[in-house]
Amino acid sequence: MKGWMGRFRTLFLLGALALFLSGCGNPYVSALQPKGEGAQMSYDLMLISLAIMVLVVIVVVAIFVIVMVRFRQKKGQEDYIPKQVEGNHVLETIWTVIPIILLLILAVPTVQYTFALAETEPEAQAEDAEEAEDVLWIDVTAKQFWWNFSYRDLNVTTSQDLYIPTDKRVYVKLSSGDVIHSFWVPTISGKMDTNPGKNENEMFINATEEGVYWGHCAEFCGPSHSLMEFRVIAVSPGEFDQWISDMQEASAEDTPADTVAAEGQALFQQSCMACHAIGASPAVGVGPNLTSFGTRETLAGIEENTKENIVKWILDPESFKPGNEMTGNYVVPSKEDAGKIAEYLLTLQPSEIGPDDARDNEYIQAEPKEEEGEGEENTTEEESTEESAEEETNEQ
Amino acid sequence: MSTHEDVLSSENLPHEPEKATLEGKNKFLGFWFFLGGETVLFASLFGTYLALKNSFGNAEHATPSQELFGLELVFIMTMFLLTSSLTSVYAMYHMKNHDFKKMMLWLGITVLLGLAFLACEIYEFTHYYHEFHHTFTSSAFGSAFYALVGFHGAHVVFGLCWIVALMVRNARRGLNLYNAPKFYISSLYWHFIDVVWVFIFTVVYLMGKVG
Amino acid sequence: MSTATAKKRGFGSVLWDYLTTVDHKKIASLYLIGGGFFFLLGGLEALLIRLQLMYPENALIGAQFYNEVFTMHGTTMIFLAAMPLLFALMNAVMPLQIGARDVAFPFINALGFWLFLFGGILLNLSWFLGGAPDAGWTSYAPLSIYSPGHGVDFYAIGLQISGFGTLMGGINFLVTIVTMRAPGMTYMRMPLFTWTTFVASVLILFAFPALTVGIFLLTFDRLFGAQFFEATMGGNEIIWEHLFWIFGHPEVYILILPAFGIFSEIIPVFSKKRLFGYSSMVFATVLIAFLGFMVWAHHMFTTGMGPVANSIFAVATMAIAIPTGIKIFNWLLTMWGGKIRLTSPMLWSAAFIPSFLLGGVTGVMLAVAPADFQYHDSYFVVAHFHYVIVGGVVFGILAGVTYWWPLMFGKVLDEKLSKWTFWTFFTGFHLTFFIQHFLGLMGMPRRYWTYLEGQEFETGNFISTIGAFLMGVGTIILLYNIIKTSVSGEKCTRDPWDGRTLEWSLPIPTPHYNFKQLPLVRGLDALWIEKTQGNGKMIPAEPVDDIHMPNNSILPFVISLGLFIAGLGVIYRVDSNAAYIAIIVGFVLTFGSMLVRSVKDDLGHHIHKEDLEKEGAEVE
Repeated sequence: MKGWMGRFRTLFLLGALALFLSGCGNPYVSALQPKGEGAQMSYDLMLISLAIMVLVVIVVVAIFVIVMVRFRQKKGQEDYIPKQVEGNHVLETIWTVIPIILLLILAVPTVQYTFALAETEPEAQAEDAEEAEDVLWIDVTAKQFWWNFSYRDLNVTTSQDLYIPTDKRVYVKLSSGDVIHSFWVPTISGKMDTNPGKNENEMFINATEEGVYWGHCAEFCGPSHSLMEFRVIAVSPGEFDQWISDMQEASAEDTPADTVAAEGQALFQQSCMACHAIGASPAVGVGPNLTSFGTRETLAGIEENTKENIVKWILDPESFKPGNEMTGNYVVPSKEDAGKIAEYLLTLQPSEIGPDDARDNEYIQAEPKEEEGEGEENTTEEESTEESAEEETNEQ
Repeated sequence: MSTHEDVLSSENLPHEPEKATLEGKNKFLGFWFFLGGETVLFASLFGTYLALKNSFGNAEHATPSQELFGLELVFIMTMFLLTSSLTSVYAMYHMKNHDFKKMMLWLGITVLLGLAFLACEIYEFTHYYHEFHHTFTSSAFGSAFYALVGFHGAHVVFGLCWIVALMVRNARRGLNLYNAPKFYISSLYWHFIDVVWVFIFTVVYLMGKVG
Repeated sequence: MSTATAKKRGFGSVLWDYLTTVDHKKIASLYLIGGGFFFLLGGLEALLIRLQLMYPENALIGAQFYNEVFTMHGTTMIFLAAMPLLFALMNAVMPLQIGARDVAFPFINALGFWLFLFGGILLNLSWFLGGAPDAGWTSYAPLSIYSPGHGVDFYAIGLQISGFGTLMGGINFLVTIVTMRAPGMTYMRMPLFTWTTFVASVLILFAFPALTVGIFLLTFDRLFGAQFFEATMGGNEIIWEHLFWIFGHPEVYILILPAFGIFSEIIPVFSKKRLFGYSSMVFATVLIAFLGFMVWAHHMFTTGMGPVANSIFAVATMAIAIPTGIKIFNWLLTMWGGKIRLTSPMLWSAAFIPSFLLGGVTGVMLAVAPADFQYHDSYFVVAHFHYVIVGGVVFGILAGVTYWWPLMFGKVLDEKLSKWTFWTFFTGFHLTFFIQHFLGLMGMPRRYWTYLEGQEFETGNFISTIGAFLMGVGTIILLYNIIKTSVSGEKCTRDPWDGRTLEWSLPIPTPHYNFKQLPLVRGLDALWIEKTQGNGKMIPAEPVDDIHMPNNSILPFVISLGLFIAGLGVIYRVDSNAAYIAIIVGFVLTFGSMLVRSVKDDLGHHIHKEDLEKEGAEVE
């Protein structure tokens, strides 16, 4: 499919459109600057449909302008009566048939891509057991107004910042703990709803470039819907593997060296642990998991993650996120205690890997499993890309 | 046509008194349209019911439809309602022949059969409540069941009130061009209720019993 | 009966007259006033939304209040502004276009209006009773179930009541068009506005019951402890989405088809040409309506229906572009070769074509399911449906209101001011919404109370807000125009635009029985035929005779009032047992009035031949 699109894109109109559109927006938010497989597919379709539609608009507007210029009633023509035409079968057939053809052209890739994007059975496609085991599933749970990410079978849980390896389809299972939300990282992939109850959804995301991408909740979910932001931190496979193993080590019992932070930890364990887990928690907590809080890109997805802001949040979360579940459900500590807790939270940095690693240009390959050498790893990767390209051509 | 006497007179009625006036024709047609809308209404309720059939989640009382429903009573109810549809046909037959008394008699029988149906339905619902704690709020299945069957039951109640009101109002003055369309569309409504019940009997009870 | 006596009457009797009227022309005025009021209200809400979004991380209004405002903006504009305003035009014009003296069910027509009004008032009362609904006009479960307070209850009960009204109005129009056409007015001679009224009414008939059921389920869940949408008790929230959109998508066509009809009336008149491809226009209208019922799930591409369903609904949705395209080309070809007069109704109609075109092509783009994964619930969708609904429906309503204003109120609106309204509104509209396409593509989701800095959404939102205010200015000019014209406008007596259809054959003000003698229709554009082939007047199809007309009644008002009171009772039942009193009083009023209606003979009255001849002499 890609090769086909590649040829298509060389068409002048598409090229011009693409050039124009790709100037739009922030490169880490905009759907017009795709950096993921899904977003690229959506974008390709956008361009095809847009090109056809621009064509239609040009034709109609041209006729419209001619009509408005040529056929105005001029002075002295008040009594002139134009010929009363009933219709014209040839014309009517033309403007019925041409749109049908245009839509057929559009319908074919639409259906193709719809099925291509719905691929969620990596285990069935895997060549051997090892590959099947390599599949990364993340259980995403949306709650008012935060996101929980559990890495299936890896014993890692995090909130708000979703770490994924680049250049690999990562599969997410989407569900909700309360109302319907929608998981949307425009630069990487289109959105999918997170429904409560049995209506769970699955999709893949595949970032093709490292970066810290903005994620939104796209289905209206209550007062702080607009503040239910998260980040997708796409790091190279090697960095990701390191992050996972660091996260697996993390535990609520690790005592920080700093005494203030240690006091904060005591306070945290006393008052906050009931809702906020540190370390992997199999069930989705009442509140966000705070294991890697110190490396978070943002506080609650919206503010700078500084001590000052954390203290403010602890004292009055409502001023950050109206309608959140924390307000009114905990004993508000003194400002001093809140400061200690904030100090402790900022020490929670179980991994060296953080958002900065997604921003640097360093690309670390995944450690080869068992005895395989690095060279081999590279070849397998190439192979797999080729394979997927082949697969796509077959689908055509 | 400068007076209204001819509309209210029971003499010299045409063959189809319900469609002899423009008002009558309008009512007849409008009511058919209305029944079209009602069809969508029930279709939506059927869809909801099918989506939630035997869906209990973590509900405390969860009796599946196979154990819940008993077909004997429902069969009797179906007979009551089907027969009442037939008797209302007789009533309309007599209306077309301008035999007011017989029309009233058959309408009366229709009402009695409708009441019998309602009595059975009320018994059925209380039975579910006492035996199985199957209520409107006990589970999604309960909500969907009572919404569908209850909506139908409410239609039966409304239909009965309507027919009785017409009978009482016109008992003394007999049939005329003004009330003939009213009788006619009330009987249309009654048929519609009957048809809906046939679907409920099939989709809810028979299919519920099977699986 | 005559106008002379009407002038002498005091305010009280005029009020009583309007409360009890069953005259479709007066009901039209009531719809226009009611719908116009809600249009202004919805507009104010829109301005609040735009003010809040003018700057990033703005805190002009709170998150909760913002949610209430945009929920009410959508709900008000769709149910309480656009539909009633279209109903106003349908009531005012359709019976005249088919040569009828009245509608089929005048009583039900009045009932429809009062139900709409009381439903609308109930919904808006929520502002003063603890907060408006806050779950969006789509009110997706379970957000709408969990929403605290009574806001969503007002949404449910208010829409239920006004929805009944709409359904009744629809049935009334259907029967009127089937049974009450004048001699010679065959189906294929009906003006396009009548056709679209007919088709939109069919859509209402089959779409609204799905909403009725959806709202019932919502009400049961919220107020009576049912479990339809509660996942832990086996409920399924997706049912709401389906029911809502099975109604919601046809609703779009309920709005746009009559607007298409309005343009199809105005464009021929001001091009001095017969509508190009009349039969294909009718065919396209019916086809759009038919397809409109099988595409609802394109609102749910991201719900997770799977690739098969998504593909089917994507392709079905694209198909709608074909009949719509046919219509666009027919309008263009109607103007082609004509002599176009750019009066204000024609300006709206001409501007509609490119504006709606943009909404149409983005519609096809949205149908492409995998691309919709990006568009869905983003500002791209907001831009799309405002292009369709403002660029199509609102332009249509404004065109229709300006065009038929003389028919309804006996005066032509000030053309100069109308054109000012047009240019400000038109410019403001494109300024507001064009940029929103890009905001959506750049990653801005809809229904966002605020947006964070650093996403490059600032410029677009700022421009959008300026545009919204320009639209506000246009609306204010329109209001001023209406007041000015009512106070000092020149009276017109007959056919100010050189019309082609039957409604312009009538004297202005139109007598309450419309046609003294029913006209004989000899073809499409009945009046135009008489103008070019006859003496410019309709040929009567019958001698002057007594005319039968319905009696006024206060019962529609009381029935609606009863439902309003009962509705309040149902909402507050969970708080206090006293609410049962309201429920009982309300239902007694409603069902009592229905019983009265059923058992009391209401045979209408006759206008006698002699009086008609006398009045006729006065008019001549």
